[in-house]
Amino acid sequence: MIVAEQKPLPEIRRMISPYERVLILGCGTCMTVCDAGGEREVSFLHNALRVAQSKGGNEAHHFLESTLKRQCEPEFLEMLVDKVGEVDVILSLGCGIGVQAIAERFPDTPVLPGVNTSFMGISSEQGVWDERCAACGDCRLEDTAGICPVTRCTKGILNGPCAGTKNGKCEANKDMDCAWVLIYKRLERLGQLEKMRRYYPMRNFRAIPRPKRLVRTPVALGEDDG
Amino acid sequence: MANALFEEKLHSDEFLVTTEIGPPKGVDVSEMIHHIDILKDKVDAINVTDHQSSVMRFPSLGGCLLVKECGGEPILQMTCRDRNRLALQADLLLAYSRSIVNVLCLTGDSIDVGDHKEAKPVFDSDSVQLLKMIRTLESGKDVSGNDLKGVPKFCLGASVHPEADLIEPQLIKFEKKVAAGAQFFQTQGIFDLASLRRFMQYASQFDIKILAGIIVLASARMAKYMNDNVPGIIVPEAIIDELASVEKGKGLQKGIEIAAKLIRTIKEENLSHGIHIMAVGNESVVPDILEAAEVEVARH
Repeated sequence: MIVAEQKPLPEIRRMISPYERVLILGCGTCMTVCDAGGEREVSFLHNALRVAQSKGGNEAHHFLESTLKRQCEPEFLEMLVDKVGEVDVILSLGCGIGVQAIAERFPDTPVLPGVNTSFMGISSEQGVWDERCAACGDCRLEDTAGICPVTRCTKGILNGPCAGTKNGKCEANKDMDCAWVLIYKRLERLGQLEKMRRYYPMRNFRAIPRPKRLVRTPVALGEDDG
Repeated sequence: MANALFEEKLHSDEFLVTTEIGPPKGVDVSEMIHHIDILKDKVDAINVTDHQSSVMRFPSLGGCLLVKECGGEPILQMTCRDRNRLALQADLLLAYSRSIVNVLCLTGDSIDVGDHKEAKPVFDSDSVQLLKMIRTLESGKDVSGNDLKGVPKFCLGASVHPEADLIEPQLIKFEKKVAAGAQFFQTQGIFDLASLRRFMQYASQFDIKILAGIIVLASARMAKYMNDNVPGIIVPEAIIDELASVEKGKGLQKGIEIAAKLIRTIKEENLSHGIHIMAVGNESVVPDILEAAEVEVARH
């Protein structure tokens, strides 16, 4: 899933300061799961902004709350049409995709990002998320025992560990596992170390040119599938 | 035409000596030139580091030009951290055109250990891919397959870490570097000669030259700092204790003794094909170390 972190309150207050009527808009999918911008966080943020306003400052904002199932899909955005007419700005707690989907759907209404979209990853323990995929468009997990060196090696290198690895950890961060030590150990366990002995050429950074676009073509069915 | 002196020595049985110079942060190159002058006749070649520890400095290629101007034999350290494949190839063309033909191919330290931590790390290639890239240039093509006007020829080196705590993945990568065209290796700093001996027994099956890395320590504090902060360096506790045992101000003298002793043993016991001295800011003591170790490079 997409993982994000809510922006600090002072930054959010600075962004909304020119606007009176503010729609705080949550997202019911990834942002809910990573505790950055679901219904609960919308409510907390609403309260925090109200308390901050009552403690001083000259702003007089009027807040509205709403949470869509997914901000990134046009059919859900249609449900916002009436509400958008009543506000001066949308403070989106969706990821960067949600914010931009709103900007495209509502060209006359400013939209502000309430979270910093961070990465695609998994929750490894309560309150901790780890990046796992860089969406490079050229997946090589077959060769690396299901552990991504592009994402998990700080240098994203493809031919084995650098010399900076120590105690299985990365030179950039002693708390971070060296991706290539993990790959080596898992390939060894699977009896596939020959995959590590292969030479991997430089990546094609234009596997999908940026900004990326995917146009789905029908998958050809094999005989067995028919 | 390039004078491939170092490459010729690689084909000889001489005990090879290289050292390295870290360029200054700034434009005052007088101290670097001084170091080049006192070192150029004492060693077979001088590496010029490429923003070592990811600290922005005067460039490696510029330093190699100065080594050339002073009549020394440079080894261009080239990392993949700061340049994509266009910039790396372009710098290699420039290097060759100025008769800089020895290249040490490195992946490069992480941006996170340096002084520009917010910079974009490049790593368009890694050390193995850089070796291949250079061999491709030698075939008269760039890495996209376009023809070059004039064909360069290089002498390629790489690094290896015989004391890594998990050696197998390092050896897999080492073999990829050999296959990609590395002719010589300068090792990470060696302190434990048993691991160097083990590594050499393994590495002797390859037609390459190994230069054992010797780090000159100036104090126990420096050794501890390097253990904690410099990628790939493991200074044993016994050496730190030895450095700590001397009175204040004598640390560097002790470091010179430790380095000289290592070099003497390596040479006497034939534990490598040569040495690579990393003096880390104390370049001026390299001749003293060589004298103490009774190592002299052959004159041609």
